[in-house]
Amino acid sequence: MPRKFTPKIITSNHLLRGDTIYLSPSGKWVDRFRQARVFTDETEATQALAAIDRQRNIHVGAYLADASVSKDGVPQPAHFREQFRDTGPSNYFHGKQAEV
Amino acid sequence: MYNYSEFDETFVRARVAEFRGQVERRISGALTEEEFKPLRLKNGLYLQLHAYMLRVAIPYGTLNSRQMRQLAMIADRWDKGYGHFTTRQNVQFNWPGLGDVPDILDALADVSMHAIQTSGNCIRNVTADHFAGAASDECEDPRPTAELLRQWSTDHPEFQYLPRKFKIAVTGSRADRAVTRAHDIGLRLITSEEEETGYQVLVGGGLGRTPMIAKIIRPFLPRQHLLPYIEAILRVYNLSGRRDNKYKARIKILVHETGLDELRSRIEAEFERRLADFAGVDQGVVAAIEEAFAAPAFVARPNNRHLDRLDADSNYREWVRTSLARHKRPDYGIVTVSLKRVGGTPGDATSVQMTALADLAEKYSHDELRVSHEQNIILPHVSRADIPAVYDGLRAAGLASANVGLISDIIACPGMDYCALATARSIPVAQDIARRFDELGLEKEIGPMKIKISGCINACGHHHVGHIGILGLDRAGVENYQITLGGDATDKAAIGRRAGPGFSAEALLPALERLVDRYLVERQDGSESFIDCYRRVGEAPFKSALYPGATQRRTRFRRRKRA
Repeated sequence: MPRKFTPKIITSNHLLRGDTIYLSPSGKWVDRFRQARVFTDETEATQALAAIDRQRNIHVGAYLADASVSKDGVPQPAHFREQFRDTGPSNYFHGKQAEV
Repeated sequence: MYNYSEFDETFVRARVAEFRGQVERRISGALTEEEFKPLRLKNGLYLQLHAYMLRVAIPYGTLNSRQMRQLAMIADRWDKGYGHFTTRQNVQFNWPGLGDVPDILDALADVSMHAIQTSGNCIRNVTADHFAGAASDECEDPRPTAELLRQWSTDHPEFQYLPRKFKIAVTGSRADRAVTRAHDIGLRLITSEEEETGYQVLVGGGLGRTPMIAKIIRPFLPRQHLLPYIEAILRVYNLSGRRDNKYKARIKILVHETGLDELRSRIEAEFERRLADFAGVDQGVVAAIEEAFAAPAFVARPNNRHLDRLDADSNYREWVRTSLARHKRPDYGIVTVSLKRVGGTPGDATSVQMTALADLAEKYSHDELRVSHEQNIILPHVSRADIPAVYDGLRAAGLASANVGLISDIIACPGMDYCALATARSIPVAQDIARRFDELGLEKEIGPMKIKISGCINACGHHHVGHIGILGLDRAGVENYQITLGGDATDKAAIGRRAGPGFSAEALLPALERLVDRYLVERQDGSESFIDCYRRVGEAPFKSALYPGATQRRTRFRRRKRA
């Protein structure tokens, strides 16, 4: 039986900076996971992923990442790997956490 | 030390110019990522979790003060003020922007450095004993061999698309400090009974998913036959190595599946063919290379200051005990500078520290530095008269940790803090272990100990050959750590055995404490090392320390079964 589709966001790395970026509800790339659009429909998610393939000189290696949504509707990483991508390394105050 | 020839300089500059054009075309959209990725990897540029990462080759781990200062400059100008020294004697910058990389490569070329063949399925940076040219137990300096292999393998047209990456390590000492038995090819300079110097050639070692200890394929290879023989190995591997499955593509699998004897006969047959065509031109090149690695002009000086300081300063005494190794000259010493400050990141040095190391090397170590696979820096030729000054300089730079070879001298890969392949973090685990045993004040009591941590099965942290190995995995979305015991990276190389089920991040440290406590109880004479103790008593007491409930559970199960 196919696995039930769980909420996802689209994330990638910026071509020039290499840092993590997320596709927002307005279709723009944003810097933080919490600003990302959450897809609950598999077809919509797959089509959106295919559509951004045209922006290949902006980003590198887009993919769907699991997300959960908090009570107040804010998307959050469902896996620790995405948590680290969204914050930065744990040994230095570098990456996204330093940009806040 | 070897300096770039005009050919090297021209070649590296041409590669930088070529890559600059490739980057421009990628940014303009003329190249897709699919087209660009193999090109950037050929130039050491990876895309990791948070940013690009540039891996810079440090051939056989040797560099001079000018090169180290340039690394510091690059760290300041284009990165975040630090560099990460790796288990393959390279240095990595974790935060470069794509558009800056050609300028970084030009800055590297200014000091005869590059990032060529630090990635991809080619022959990677040839590594060597980090005490090369200085060690008291050395038969011959392995670096001329490593440099010859560097020249031969760089852009070698036949070996740019091997089934998988290929790593070679060389040592000239009895004590194996280059982990030669965990490399695709390990070369050990030896002297035959007839007093001829040549190589013992090992093949098929490697860690990763299928860890294997290399086997001797040629007990003695005359030195003039090195290139045709290595070429024969590579040619057989290139043709016969598996390309259907990347996890079975390393030469160790070919050795395992073909059998050593069969593979040897294929290599020997190819070697005979190669030898017939081989003009031996490399021997002239070797002579020139050997001249470049001539020993520095050592100066005999009294070492009273060193002896006086040993008497007067217990911190100095402790640092000397862990950090100073015997040099081939009794009035000199080899200083290992720990990049393992308690609570720091293993292998990281700030630009300020790199500059301090460059200054110390220039002033006190005949302008030489080495990077060890254990992620430390070596000052290979320090007069004993200057050791107090070196210690003071290191202290001022925060680099005088007296922990080389002890439990906090941990190898750790970047893990999931940086690496896109990682399944769990390594760095915080290393930091926690170092802090905990520092708090307990047990480090000195425990004595020699090698803990090695990898954040995934690829084993960049060499966990398989750690006395205690730690492998970070993702278990159902949670970081989980497996422990292996009894590994050894030296001439007694051994792959550690998995102790049992993994531990959560929270349970790992208490488990390690129980393990170390058991060792302190089990060891003989209060001085037996952990690895010797493990070999003597076996894994059972350590497993019962790691899994204290397991014996009781097994007993209850047997009782129920009998009932």
